[in-house]
Amino acid sequence: MEHTIVSSSKFNAWFGDNHVVKDVSIEIEKNQVIAVMGPSGCGKTTFLRCINRMHELIPGATAKGSMKLYDDEVYNMNPIYVRYKIGMVFQRPNPFPNLSIYDNVIAGYKLNGIKMPKADFDNIVEKSLTSSALWNEVKDSLHKKGTFLSGGQQQRLCIARAIAMEPEVILFDEPTSALDPISTSSVEQLFHELKENYTLIIVTHNMQQAARVSDKTAFFYMGELVEYDDTKQMFTAPSDARTQNYITGRFS
Amino acid sequence: MSDSISLPPEDATAGKEKMKLMKNKRLDLSYVQMKWESAFRGLLRTMSGILVLIVVGVLITLIVESMPSIKSLGIKYLWGKTWDPVNNIYGAYPFLIGTLLTSFTALIISVPFSYAIAIYLGEYNPKGWLSNFLKNTIELIAAVPSIIYGFWALFVLVPAVRTLEMKIGVAPYGVGIFSASLVLAVMIIPYAASLGTTLIRMVPSPLKEGAYALGATRFEVIRSVILPFTRSGLFAGVLLSLGRALGETMAVTVLIGNTSAIADKFKDMFFGPGNTMASVIANEFAEADHSVYLSALIELGLVLFLVTVVINLIGKRIITKFTNH
Amino acid sequence: MESRIGFRNTKSIIFKGVIVFFAFVVTIPLIIVLLYIIKQGVTQVNWHFLVNVPAPVGEPGGGIANALVGSLIMVLMASIVAIPVGMLGGIYLSENPGTRLAYYSGLCVDILQGVPSIVVGIVIYFWVVKPIGFSAIAGSIALAIMMLPIVIRSTEQTLRLLPDSLKEAALSLGVPYHRVILKVIVPCGFAGILSGIMLSIARIIGETAPLLFTALGNSYLSANVVKPMESLPHLIFTYATSPYDDWHNLAWGASFILLLFVLTLNITTKLITRKWNIQL
Repeated sequence: MEHTIVSSSKFNAWFGDNHVVKDVSIEIEKNQVIAVMGPSGCGKTTFLRCINRMHELIPGATAKGSMKLYDDEVYNMNPIYVRYKIGMVFQRPNPFPNLSIYDNVIAGYKLNGIKMPKADFDNIVEKSLTSSALWNEVKDSLHKKGTFLSGGQQQRLCIARAIAMEPEVILFDEPTSALDPISTSSVEQLFHELKENYTLIIVTHNMQQAARVSDKTAFFYMGELVEYDDTKQMFTAPSDARTQNYITGRFS
Repeated sequence: MSDSISLPPEDATAGKEKMKLMKNKRLDLSYVQMKWESAFRGLLRTMSGILVLIVVGVLITLIVESMPSIKSLGIKYLWGKTWDPVNNIYGAYPFLIGTLLTSFTALIISVPFSYAIAIYLGEYNPKGWLSNFLKNTIELIAAVPSIIYGFWALFVLVPAVRTLEMKIGVAPYGVGIFSASLVLAVMIIPYAASLGTTLIRMVPSPLKEGAYALGATRFEVIRSVILPFTRSGLFAGVLLSLGRALGETMAVTVLIGNTSAIADKFKDMFFGPGNTMASVIANEFAEADHSVYLSALIELGLVLFLVTVVINLIGKRIITKFTNH
Repeated sequence: MESRIGFRNTKSIIFKGVIVFFAFVVTIPLIIVLLYIIKQGVTQVNWHFLVNVPAPVGEPGGGIANALVGSLIMVLMASIVAIPVGMLGGIYLSENPGTRLAYYSGLCVDILQGVPSIVVGIVIYFWVVKPIGFSAIAGSIALAIMMLPIVIRSTEQTLRLLPDSLKEAALSLGVPYHRVILKVIVPCGFAGILSGIMLSIARIIGETAPLLFTALGNSYLSANVVKPMESLPHLIFTYATSPYDDWHNLAWGASFILLLFVLTLNITTKLITRKWNIQL
């Protein structure tokens, strides 16, 4: 497909001898929100972490197969560069406690020693915080440390931090499971706005969230990609019995 | 750069050029970073390796420099009773006795106090200002440099011991094994005490509650639940204190009287002057002018090294086994 | 039955009394020593005392300037070596807990921690003094070796307590490993690492045995690192065990100053740990 941004072909991943991702092939289009769902232990998070090469940082973790960003094999690229292009937001908000909000947003630059005129940094901070709907709430306390922010605000700060690096894809690993309902909906609201400029891949444990926010959904079960379809189709008339059972709550 | 967070497809070519430049810079940067990464990891490994080298080096140096004495004096050196460097007679027995007497006396004196502190801080009163006061005092005892203990004891403790010695009818040296043991006892209290406190705090509540529920008194819970549970750990604490006592040099050197002969009667030996392995090295290293003399002293250092290392490692091993329960 | 319970309760109360007595009686020696040192030493200390070198026997005045400067220089030099090596070693141990190198290196840290300081001194005599002579450098190296285990262990323990999510967040931004460690992990663990460093300095500033055969002593004020140098604990040892009253007084003053340094470092460390709420 011409608009394919992330694709994998027969991709496998292991923790030691434990085969957690089995022969997954998928093509993800640009500027869409893709939900990845499945029961606990189905390999969805592991697969996600393979996309930006975070998986291999765990001792004993291995992966094999094709994983492409556009037409380039991710596993042949420089992993640091891969992570510039593919950002990640984690389950528990993890802003850097020793940095101010301002410095947190541009942490990807500062920690890498990338220097820019202050005006450029100011711009990036404002644009990123605006894109993550946090600007108005923090614009007067940019130089305070981010620990006083609520869970939802901290998560949006982490999103701003990822956006500031100008990635093409943003991966989300159960981004709202540690948040309260109000923060959750504010983050979900963001997905809709962000997909204009980025491609979002969101692992979620919450079926309803997948149905709410995504264009297409991938259903993982026991390490395999069982089904990948338009969300509407997936939730009304899935083609695989396992998907049907998951959606109707036979297992979770 | 200033106006692009993300570029919609139809953009001015100037912006696209900037993006491309930045992308190339980032690509280059990422390769440079990778090189630094492996250099850093190598640096970390090297530093850890240096540590191993130091320890191995210490052992090798001690062995090599003891060789002359090992070769010419043999193993009999360790229980030779006479130390007479002037006439080239070497026997380490007096120092073994001195070391053992001072260390074990200090241990015996200090253990009840260390245990009492551990029981108090671990069980009776784990929190609060009083327990903080005691905890800080104990840490301060460990912090005071040993030469200061030695100096103080020389001027305050020794005269008192002298009076005591006159009363009980031994030669009133003042300095000697007894005084050194007293000061050593105070100095090693913190080690068993702090370890014991940690261990006693680790006794699981359900165990204690079970005993209380059966009507046990506090004392009985301590005696029948806490102490048996922590027995091996407390023993490890004693080992660590012993290791510390064996290696203590300065306070002992100042107080022990620097005599390399041992008296016959135990009373005279105990209240009289002597030497430990550490103190004889401190006192005579500078005067050792021929190689057998020097290497005889080094051999004592080797023995000290091996004994303290073994004791400490056993103690630490017991503790890790205990805490991994 | 009742009297039996009463008896057991009494035993319990008596036991507690015995424990409390034994526990708190330990504070007495410390208080006595501290008070005595302060009493004997504080009268000796004045500006003159701090800026002059010891006077020959019989001459009044004199001070501990050579020992002060010497201790400062040697502690500084020891720190310059031990702090980077110790921190990097501690970082390795906390980051790579399962490797063989970590096992042996950790073992060696434990070994070094238990080595008597006099043994370190005589080994350094052969390593450094034989080639380049009695010198402050030799003394500093001996002190550095004594500092290492403390710095390594406290760095390792501090970093172990930091959450993994910190590292993950930085790595996901494309930050390379060395910058993650140096610019995120270490700064977040700064308070704990600093406390470990301060404790190690407090430890070596009072150490005499490693300096006996390495830095020796020096009655003159000297900053020459390849020559013998005086230090506070060594001066105390030499002058306390001498037969002259003047020199005893000098040693009391020096003891007071040394005690001041040690106590200040320890108390500051406690304040830091309390404020940042870390465990060492």
